[in-house]
Amino acid sequence: MTVTGTNVGYDVDTVRKDFPILERTVHDGRRLVYLDSANTSQKPRTVLDAMEEFLSRHNANIHRASHALGEEATEAYEAARLKVARFVGSADETEIVFTKNISEAINLVAYSVGNASTLGTGDPRLRVGPGDEVVITVMEHHSNIVPWQLLCERTGATLKWFDVSEDGTLDMSRLDELVNERTKIVAVAHQSNMLGTINPVRLIAERAHHVGALVLVDAAQSVPHRGVDVRDLGADFVGFTGHKMCGPTGIGVLWARRELLDVMPPFLGGGEMIETVEMERSTFAPPPHKFEAGTMPITEAVGLGAAVDYLTELDRDAVDAHDQDLTAYALDQFAGVEGLRLFGPADAADRGPVVSFEVDGVHPHDVSQVLDAEGVAVRAGHHCARPLHKRFGVTASTRASFYLYNTRADVDALVAGLAQVKRYFG
Amino acid sequence: MHLDSLYQEIILDHYRHPHNKGLREPYDAEVHHVNPTCGDEVTLRVRLDGDKVVDVSYDSLGCSISQASASVMTDLVVGKDVEEANEVHQAFLELMQSRGAGEPDEEVLEDAVAFAGVSRYPARIKCALLGWMAWKDAVARTMDNVSEATS
Repeated sequence: MTVTGTNVGYDVDTVRKDFPILERTVHDGRRLVYLDSANTSQKPRTVLDAMEEFLSRHNANIHRASHALGEEATEAYEAARLKVARFVGSADETEIVFTKNISEAINLVAYSVGNASTLGTGDPRLRVGPGDEVVITVMEHHSNIVPWQLLCERTGATLKWFDVSEDGTLDMSRLDELVNERTKIVAVAHQSNMLGTINPVRLIAERAHHVGALVLVDAAQSVPHRGVDVRDLGADFVGFTGHKMCGPTGIGVLWARRELLDVMPPFLGGGEMIETVEMERSTFAPPPHKFEAGTMPITEAVGLGAAVDYLTELDRDAVDAHDQDLTAYALDQFAGVEGLRLFGPADAADRGPVVSFEVDGVHPHDVSQVLDAEGVAVRAGHHCARPLHKRFGVTASTRASFYLYNTRADVDALVAGLAQVKRYFG
Repeated sequence: MHLDSLYQEIILDHYRHPHNKGLREPYDAEVHHVNPTCGDEVTLRVRLDGDKVVDVSYDSLGCSISQASASVMTDLVVGKDVEEANEVHQAFLELMQSRGAGEPDEEVLEDAVAFAGVSRYPARIKCALLGWMAWKDAVARTMDNVSEATS
């Protein structure tokens, strides 16, 4: 029944055994076909165990308690930071700031810049105001749109954006016009969560740096799949989230160049982010602690560390090849489904393992409902990318996303489900 | 099969051939409602004559449940007094909140009894209520306009 594809050396059956949830069934005994990992991934046993082990053996608050458990907890939390740093190619773990998710990571940067702008002192790269421009793309997730809209409203800066071409790639023809001497920040997704498109982040970063702008990359969809090296991306800030990469919810990451973290004002104020507090004013701890106010999601950080260990042991290139094989297989199978309109690049080599589509005459909610009855879990809606859906003339789409535990049989179940959809609504 | 309880033939009929669809003049109030999670949208107009609902016209984008529900809703409220129509709305709301245990009164809800199965699908209840919520809002605005005009 299980077809492992053409990726010799990657044993998906063994991988599947690491994920307890894949053993369960839905709707009266149907096999669970989980194709919603771009929304949130499932978690391997090692992550669940690491979190349980931490809570049952080492739980204490970090950086505050001088007892044995406090030291163990601090060590576990900081070990997770080190693992995450190495995972994304940072040689300095103080460049890793833990947040609750990537939305908070992006807001951290936007609000820190806003605070620098209000203070009107400090590093000029962080100050934006009337006449300055912030550049995003129409391809962004709402979490990489709204924080910048709010920043522009607060500071009087102007928001600009890249459009996409019909083939689902970023329209780079206006790069030099959009990213100009007025540009202060460019924020762009590494991989679109709707189209799967992988963006030429390095090229954009080179242009941005040429005009003195800072670059933030939303890597929430790429870090779980391909090896992301923050030095190769050429960005100043890279955000991603734990729960899409086999880790738990409640933990996200902001990587930033240390020299920027040093000069950025804090985002959230509170416990453990300070150096000295007087009633009149305070001074702040060095990064990353300056940006980690209050008690952090310690158990979740430990879980993320275990997820990083899991992914590292699997061999990133093998995972990437597996994901790409499934994407190519899905695109191939989709070609045979009448009335299916695919959004995004037609070639699997140009995209990550998410495929959004429309079934002629059937609303995505109805598509996903019929698929769910067959045990196939997909996402229907605008996937927090409403402007991008609007750009393609639709209010919603159906999205299937693949991860390291999916098989060609899962894709087959999806395609069979689509036939069922047509029987209902045809 | 589960799905048949959700996608009743009446619902699919209204979805394929919606009643009263399209925006019409004259009207007393127009509202635009969206379902922020899925992007479904409805623009809806209400025309009253005194307390009587003379016309409800609408333009909408959305799934079978939201489209069919708006269609059924217009059949149920047009021609009734506002108070009577509100009672039907209340009965439909209660049915949607019944988690599948509701026993709808066909005398009151007519075709809308077909939506009983929707109440078992929490993610779809908002779809079924989109048109109704727009209707309620539009009537409230119409009443506000009337009271402002007469005060």
